[in-house]
Amino acid sequence: MQFGVFTVGDVTPDPTNGRTPTEAERIKAMVTIALKAEEVGLDVFATGEHHNPPFVPSSPTTMLGYIAARTERLILSTSTTLITTNDPVKIAEDYAMLQHLADGRVDLMMGRGNTGPVYPWFGKNIRDGIALAVENYALLRRLWREDVVNWEGTFRTPLQSFTSVPRPLDGVPPFVWHGSIRSPEIAEQAAYYGDGFFHNNIFWPMEHTRQMVELYRRRYAHYGHGRPDQAIVGLGGQVFLRRNSQDAVREFRPYFDNAPVYGHGPSLEDFTEQTPLTVGSPQEVIDRTLGFRDHVGDYQRQLFLMDHAGLPLKTVLEQLDLLGEEVVPVLRREFDALRPADVPTAPTHADLVAAANTGEVTG
Amino acid sequence: MSTRTLTVVTAGLNRPSTTRLLADRLAAATELALRERDLSAAVEFVELREVAHDLTDNLLTGFPSPALRAALDTVARADGLIAVTPIFTASYSGLFKTFFDVLDSGALVGKPALIAATAGTVRHSLALDHALRPLFSYLRASVAPTGVFAASEDWGTGGGVAGPALADRIDRAGGELALLVAARGPQAPADPFDVSTPFEQLLAGG
Repeated sequence: MQFGVFTVGDVTPDPTNGRTPTEAERIKAMVTIALKAEEVGLDVFATGEHHNPPFVPSSPTTMLGYIAARTERLILSTSTTLITTNDPVKIAEDYAMLQHLADGRVDLMMGRGNTGPVYPWFGKNIRDGIALAVENYALLRRLWREDVVNWEGTFRTPLQSFTSVPRPLDGVPPFVWHGSIRSPEIAEQAAYYGDGFFHNNIFWPMEHTRQMVELYRRRYAHYGHGRPDQAIVGLGGQVFLRRNSQDAVREFRPYFDNAPVYGHGPSLEDFTEQTPLTVGSPQEVIDRTLGFRDHVGDYQRQLFLMDHAGLPLKTVLEQLDLLGEEVVPVLRREFDALRPADVPTAPTHADLVAAANTGEVTG
Repeated sequence: MSTRTLTVVTAGLNRPSTTRLLADRLAAATELALRERDLSAAVEFVELREVAHDLTDNLLTGFPSPALRAALDTVARADGLIAVTPIFTASYSGLFKTFFDVLDSGALVGKPALIAATAGTVRHSLALDHALRPLFSYLRASVAPTGVFAASEDWGTGGGVAGPALADRIDRAGGELALLVAARGPQAPADPFDVSTPFEQLLAGG
């Protein structure tokens, strides 16, 4: 099982002292967090892609390329890549380039964006959101898998005799996850291709997550990729840790109460009960996270949101120490022991290359 | 005798509530009219006051609390809806509107509905037709022709030159809702996790 962190890249004032980091500080903090993730033994760092303030990460492959050069094991990913408004040709090129620079330590998660105007800003219509995700991804797959592409569709200029360069590393495209909170069409898309499905459940009740994952698993089997329990599932998570539960709650409460997404709404206690947010001791985080499996079955990737709502970098790094030293080793052991031998782990580049060499075509 | 479910959404804030009083009367009238069509009614009330905090939280977080989820589901699976609000500042109350703002946009499509409102003065009575009816038309509910408006004075007035008494309007509206519910038959709510469009069709652009 893979564990990692995903970041939204928000620039938010620290509610305890009113200090707002500069964009430069925030960008460098994201890099520091990625390096720390590798240092404490996590597997994945994923960055969001946004094109509006107060977010900074508009250029994921620039950031991930820089992190690739300063890490050795960490898988670099996205949360999410806008398959709707980015040109699929540019995604094919950028992430193939990143694959080469990172020696294959790359996968990505497709998503549709966090704000309505991002569609018109990039010359698209929000009402075409699903249709864009479907057509653009179908083209992206061909660009990675066929050396020469002739293509015509609805949303971009046709292509004649087009070759996307560089070609994917070892002839194997990056593994793709599809992220969606509430669109069954996206679960269906992930299932159709045998790709991974990521449910960012951090702001949603587990019952909803369970139903979306169940739909994906059922359709994954329908399209002949394996049994439902063999589908590739990822989940979000959000934790704040201190050795003592009460310290965690006391320290996190002002950040919770003023958080951009849920602040000034439900109480910390209600929100903790209704969503996967866990504020407490390492043992509480372990117990809660292990419980996700009861809702969605054996899954392959767990990403935690650790660095939002104005939490200072120092605090985030302390959080990562606790997560890496006290939580993840236990989760890794427990989840791996529970997972049947014929339920796969999330495919790495090496796995995909091996599968390609044995003639086992993935996706 | 087969059964139809009626859900009554009532947005009164006081206890006791005049809005609830009107809601009770409308439910009883509809139940009686259904019985005349050989149908029994299972009536469930949703008191919005009880989920007022949950509604605000839903606006902020994007998902309903378990209690609000239960209330929304009750409306979605009902065969008929009775919606009653006090008139505040020339329109439905904010609480009433918030409930229908967070309800799934397709939950009322084709659903028989009866609209009703209470106020301190009859001068607000057109709010039924300039505010509530467009709201439910937008949600594509099948709204009964008679909406029932009850001002304070209606609770102590019989019929006369001003028009039929409140009791007569209640009976007429209940009869209209019962007719719509009986004609439509029992409904099963749509499953949001159902795959309505296979992926090959999405790929083909449809």
